[in-house]
Amino acid sequence: MSTNILLFKIALLFYFVATIFFLVDVLTRREKFGKAARWILVGGFLVHLSTLVVRYFEAGQTPVANLHEALSFFAWTIVAIYLLFDFRYKLAILGAFVCPLVVVLMIIGSAVPNQVQPANPLLNSWWFPIHVSLAFLGHAVFALAAAAGIIYLLQERGLKSKKITSLYHRLPSLEVLDTINYRCLTFGFPLMTMGIISGAVWANMAWGGYWRWDPKETWALITWFLYAALLHGRMTIGWRGRRAAIFAIIGFACLLFSLLAVNLLMSAEHSYKALQGLP
Amino acid sequence: MNIIVVGLSHKTAPVDIREKVAFAPTAMQEPLHQVMGLSTVAEAVIVSTCNRVELYATSRDVESCVVQLKRFMADYHALSSEELEDHLYDYHGEEAIRHVFRVASSLDSMVLGEPQILGQIKTAYGYATEFKTAGLILNRFLHKAFSVAKRVRTETEIASNAVSVSFAAVELARKIFGGLDDKTVMLIGAGEMCELAAKHFINNGVSSVMVTNRTLERAEKLADEFNGRPIPFEDFTEYLHQVDIVLTSTGAPNFILGHQKMEEVIRKRKNRPMFLIDIAVPRDIEPKVNDIANIYLYDVDDLQEVVSANLKERQKEAKKAEAIIDLEIGQFYRWLGNLDVVPTIVSLRKKFEEVRKSEVDKTLSRLNGLDKKEKKSIEAMTSAIINKLLHQPISMLKQSEDDSGGDAYVDAVRALFDLASPDPDAAAEDMRSEDEES
Repeated sequence: MSTNILLFKIALLFYFVATIFFLVDVLTRREKFGKAARWILVGGFLVHLSTLVVRYFEAGQTPVANLHEALSFFAWTIVAIYLLFDFRYKLAILGAFVCPLVVVLMIIGSAVPNQVQPANPLLNSWWFPIHVSLAFLGHAVFALAAAAGIIYLLQERGLKSKKITSLYHRLPSLEVLDTINYRCLTFGFPLMTMGIISGAVWANMAWGGYWRWDPKETWALITWFLYAALLHGRMTIGWRGRRAAIFAIIGFACLLFSLLAVNLLMSAEHSYKALQGLP
Repeated sequence: MNIIVVGLSHKTAPVDIREKVAFAPTAMQEPLHQVMGLSTVAEAVIVSTCNRVELYATSRDVESCVVQLKRFMADYHALSSEELEDHLYDYHGEEAIRHVFRVASSLDSMVLGEPQILGQIKTAYGYATEFKTAGLILNRFLHKAFSVAKRVRTETEIASNAVSVSFAAVELARKIFGGLDDKTVMLIGAGEMCELAAKHFINNGVSSVMVTNRTLERAEKLADEFNGRPIPFEDFTEYLHQVDIVLTSTGAPNFILGHQKMEEVIRKRKNRPMFLIDIAVPRDIEPKVNDIANIYLYDVDDLQEVVSANLKERQKEAKKAEAIIDLEIGQFYRWLGNLDVVPTIVSLRKKFEEVRKSEVDKTLSRLNGLDKKEKKSIEAMTSAIINKLLHQPISMLKQSEDDSGGDAYVDAVRALFDLASPDPDAAAEDMRSEDEES
């Protein structure tokens, strides 16, 4: 096992333990576990960072050139964004929803082939890291919005149906969750937009055309319109709450679909085969 | 020395018994002195609330002390012993400690986790210190009870969920709005519960209040009271879109707010959420309104349901509290055991003997050429020194066993000679931190 794969697995272990701690906090109301979970998550984040760095030097290029690397990078950005938001909102419950997603992404990431890719001249451009960083940061912010959305729907259903469970006490207020939704949108949407633009610029340099309607680009555009509609609805006609939460969840489902399905099932230049210069 | 509890509470006695044995808070000196006058009692504290009357005492003779305290309870209130016997409970030793820790932590209260009881015990203890009926043991004991109660409060969520209808409303509002600082409440109609809830909302940060009533005068009066704004009843619906929380309790026979109206209102508010609390019976707001997105409608039964769910939650937390108490009992009980005279004398002797032996060994190893007899006489001399030194303290300790203030000697000896005892430092620590607080 190469160093970076070992580090990857250690990071996965950290994330797994953090997930369990977050769940213990939420299910049994023991805040100490939530606090510990955060530090474990920070530990996992740092180990994961070292994975990426090691892999960067092994590959000699930004390590987002196959599905394993993409999932790994995505999981890492989600953790980064979560820690950033947690700094402000201190919500262990959000961790209890985000961490399992990170763990699942990492497990899929460890199941797919993980060889270091030979350097590819196509990727030897500054636009490549810029494009993937912006795109994945945007994705990560939207992942958080989706988690907040799920929690919102849970809490809202509890309040509407008047069924008071212990979850009711553990979940934050609707207002906070809706604010997170809005914040995520105002951060995520520009990131995603810039991600698409930088991708187009890079595509033009690499393939000589800004937009080629490959499945990933099409999905990205659909998702972009979805988020644009939500942002517009929020800012002008008072969309909020439940509707905004549902939008955030659907939007993220689209993102996940384009990340996993498009790459696994369809072939186009965004598929990692194309990035690796294979037919 | 033993800690003894004799008393009755809402669990063992109906209110007509409890009110007969209650002690007036303004006249605690007399009963405290009478308890101190009992031959077996060394220290005493009397706790008297509407839900419990308890005597805490220390004594060397558990059985007769319990009998005397029970008789005192009956005699002082001019009741017959038989009348009280079935209602009174008594605890001593570890059970007494557990009982008082549980009471102070509000685990034995009618409403689990209610905060008043701790204050009431502190007051009772205040009287006991004022009239000098609490000595070394009850001092430490009650300070320990206070710190246990504090620990339970901070480490469990036994007191964190609302268990009254009006607080439940505030708690729900927090779950919807987060902070309440910039929120507006409208009171429609008047009623005790409605006004109480309004007060809670104001205490929890709500800054703006509107009041409407069929009689404008009444509305104006209430508005005055809440520093709010009176609204004519005829067109209160015109103001609804400015309002986040609505409290209604009119005597109207029909719904005064319907589905259609509220849909208009929420549209006008651009979907900012609303919390409607309908305390009226018959209800004021059409139940279907709850189906509108971003409107949350609760009636009295719904709030009651929240309260009982919260109580169940408190019961779960109570289990965590019992575990904390279990831990603390052990600690305190060890400290108490150490106050006994005999083990103190034993460890005092042991301590002196250790010092003597190590010093003698040191000296003898340096002095060469002493024969057996000389060595023996050095041993004998040093032993004689410590025996002479210890004679007076030990006979004092033995005498003090029958003395009411005797524990102070034991405690002092333990402190002066650093005799191992697990807890006094911790107890003293608690005492200091409690003092700072009160």
